[in-house]
Amino acid sequence: MLTTQQEKLMGELKAIVEKHGTDRSALIPILQDVQKCYHTISDFAMQVIADMLGIHPVEVNSVVTFYAFLNEKYHGKFVIRLCRTISCEMAGKAAVARQLENDLGIKFGETTDDGRFTLEWANCIGMCDQGPAMLVNDQVFTRVTPEKVHDILQMCEQSFGPHTLQKAEEHVL
Amino acid sequence: MTSKKNNPCADGTCRVPTSQRPQTISTDANNGDIGALVTVVIDDQEVKVPMGTTILEAARSIGVKIPTLCYHEDLCIAGVCRICLVEVEGQRTLQASCAYPITQPITVKTHTAKVRQARRHILDLMLSEHYGECYACFRNNNCELQSLAKEYGVDYFRFGHPEKSRHKIDRSSYSVVRDMDKCIQCRRCVRTCIDLQEVGVLEALGRGDKTEIATYLDKPLGDVVCINCGQCINRCPTGALRANDPTDEVWAAIDDPTKHVVMQTAPSPRAGICEEFGMEAGTPMTWEMNTALRRCGFDKVFDTNFTADLTIIEEGTELIIRLYKTLVEGDTSMPLPQFTSCSPGWVKYIEHFYPERLGHVSSAKSPQQMFGAMIKTWYAQINNIDPADIVSVALMPCSAKKFECNRPEMCDSGYKDIDYGLTTRELAQMIREAGIHLPDMPKSDFDDPFGTATGSGVIFGATGGVMEAALRTVIELITGKKVEDFYEHADIIPVRGFEGCRYVELQIPEEVGPVPDLIKHLVPNWDWVKGATLKVGVAHGTANAKKVMEDIKAGGKFSECHFIEFMACPGGCLGGGGQPIPTTPEIRAARARAIYAEDAAYGKAGKPRKSHENPAVLRVYEEFLKEGPCGHLSHKLLHTSYTPRGKFIG
Ligand code: SF4
Ligand code: SF4
Ligand code: SF4
Ligand code: FES
Repeated sequence: MLTTQQEKLMGELKAIVEKHGTDRSALIPILQDVQKCYHTISDFAMQVIADMLGIHPVEVNSVVTFYAFLNEKYHGKFVIRLCRTISCEMAGKAAVARQLENDLGIKFGETTDDGRFTLEWANCIGMCDQGPAMLVNDQVFTRVTPEKVHDILQMCEQSFGPHTLQKAEEHVL
Repeated sequence: MTSKKNNPCADGTCRVPTSQRPQTISTDANNGDIGALVTVVIDDQEVKVPMGTTILEAARSIGVKIPTLCYHEDLCIAGVCRICLVEVEGQRTLQASCAYPITQPITVKTHTAKVRQARRHILDLMLSEHYGECYACFRNNNCELQSLAKEYGVDYFRFGHPEKSRHKIDRSSYSVVRDMDKCIQCRRCVRTCIDLQEVGVLEALGRGDKTEIATYLDKPLGDVVCINCGQCINRCPTGALRANDPTDEVWAAIDDPTKHVVMQTAPSPRAGICEEFGMEAGTPMTWEMNTALRRCGFDKVFDTNFTADLTIIEEGTELIIRLYKTLVEGDTSMPLPQFTSCSPGWVKYIEHFYPERLGHVSSAKSPQQMFGAMIKTWYAQINNIDPADIVSVALMPCSAKKFECNRPEMCDSGYKDIDYGLTTRELAQMIREAGIHLPDMPKSDFDDPFGTATGSGVIFGATGGVMEAALRTVIELITGKKVEDFYEHADIIPVRGFEGCRYVELQIPEEVGPVPDLIKHLVPNWDWVKGATLKVGVAHGTANAKKVMEDIKAGGKFSECHFIEFMACPGGCLGGGGQPIPTTPEIRAARARAIYAEDAAYGKAGKPRKSHENPAVLRVYEEFLKEGPCGHLSHKLLHTSYTPRGKFIG
């Protein structure tokens, strides 16, 4: 990463840390903000945050690897999490999964080349009576069918502006 | 509850969250209800304990044994392994006794059918993920998992047993080898590295069955901020962590007739090795070990104390130069306080975490490295041996010494100053392999020309020892009087003890002596120290070192010190990462007693106890290092420089 970008990122991280304070208990809200802003929590960010909070990078690393919604790997602007537990399975999750993979051209656990979508499995999101259920970022979709998948993706596509990815790209550099 | 005395979690100075600290409530004289005694019935025995005592502690106090794995006396409570489960009357589920503070009268049963079955299942589950064969493991016969398996009569693998290794052994570090196939995820190493040492190398990454104990981003240990202290090795219940073992190479050198293999032994292994032979901690084995080493095939056996004394002269002289420059000449190029440099764990710690303060660290090498440089120069010269044929081995209580001897700059003799660093455990292994039962050995002395050492060298092994040795010498050099005139038996008690950070002031008398010949060319007279107050500090364990460093940063009392001793390991070298396993505050105290007894024995036998009285050291300055301490040649051979590393993990 270039020094100027590093400095810029450092400034932004500092602002986030200032917002939540440097207590140990502020770690998760800080990480959530970083994740939201950059779609990843990079090596550099973990070390800077650790330093600001007076803890060790490996402790931040430990928290990031523990929670499914915090990621070391770059995640797309839209993270689609399809429930894979038994009631969604029985309600036809397999067809939805196939449709998602086909439409996006990626497998579960992958991110599209343009950095827009990430496909992931989720374990029960509490919508067992309305399966198949999935999350797109923090929005819940229930009784998803392969036909609905198309509409949902379309809706996501439409919300992209030309600069939406710039920040994130800088961060992963 | 003596065990809690040195546990940083217990006295609240540790950084762990309150929830993980032992919750003992201290008694309050004004309010009888606070900290009152509670009655517990454990296996039909009644006992009264202070409120907040855990079931485990209460049980131990009456001799009821409860198995543990993640619990360790030096560490805060984790409660993760669950092997210590017990039944508490009225509670629906089994409770982890190590993490259950007693707050009301309870009745506990420690070995009901339910408890026994649960423990057995926990063990079976651990073994279902534990890849390793006991007979090919360095912890064979000294492994907490193995002994529990025996205690609970494990005779088959209920939940299976891995057939294949799932982890690559991490051999990237010169000091610590990690074999995660044997890890049971008790997190003792995590708590050691983060809470006890405040280095923060290891943590649990991932969740559920994917959890692994790993370094930052799972990098090789050699690439992260590990200071090689080995404290994690000493507290690991299994063979997952061990020191990098060069015994094969050492045997090969012994078996090679063209090689002249010399051994130097540090004081702490001599106080600790008895434990490897089933004896009570604190039985010194110095003279028996000399014989055993010769029988193993080492050509010469030297005493590291010789260079400990040399270190004191060099480091003491450097201190005097620093004081003179700063206080008299107003030259601030060599800042005060001066920090000791004999603990390689501490050196790497400051290189990583306070690189801007490296100017404070004495440039004197550690005794091990000084010895290496002396052996391959002076010793080779006077004995007409080609230094290329000398294999120099060091017996140390320390795993960081292995890293130190492999530092690229440690080749000032023109050769690798020290070829191999052995830990106490590894030497015990070699001695056993040679069929020798150490305690049965006749006693014998060290070899010349370094034979004679002083008591000051011996106490290097205990926290405060370097400081005491340096003070003995500095006081005598300045006052021209005997230390005994100021301190009975020359025991400078204020700097001794196990308290984490100690600060001591010493008054220099109005009457000073002439400047001794050895350092006459460096300072004209002692007038400038007359009546001054010498302020010194001692810290052991890097968590305490950190406290002192932060105090210095904030301009606290330690910033006014002139000289501070830092040791990376709790208790000093005697608690080093290469010492016999297990380690507890009691064991470390026993080793310290052995070390101070050896020092006192020098006094009783009429042998010198102060570094500057060591005849071999004086001979070296007469014959070899003719320009005296901190002279040109001693700078080349006995001093070194440091690398600012920083804590950013690249
Ligand atoms: S760690 Fe213990 S149980 Fe595992 S192989 Fe080694 S001795 Fe056996
Ligand atoms: S050797 Fe010391 S610094 Fe390195 S991982 Fe172990 S406890 Fe931490
Ligand atoms: S490496 Fe050893 S101390 Fe660390 S978690 Fe594993 S078994 Fe426990
Ligand atoms: S010893 Fe109590 S949970 Fe591990």
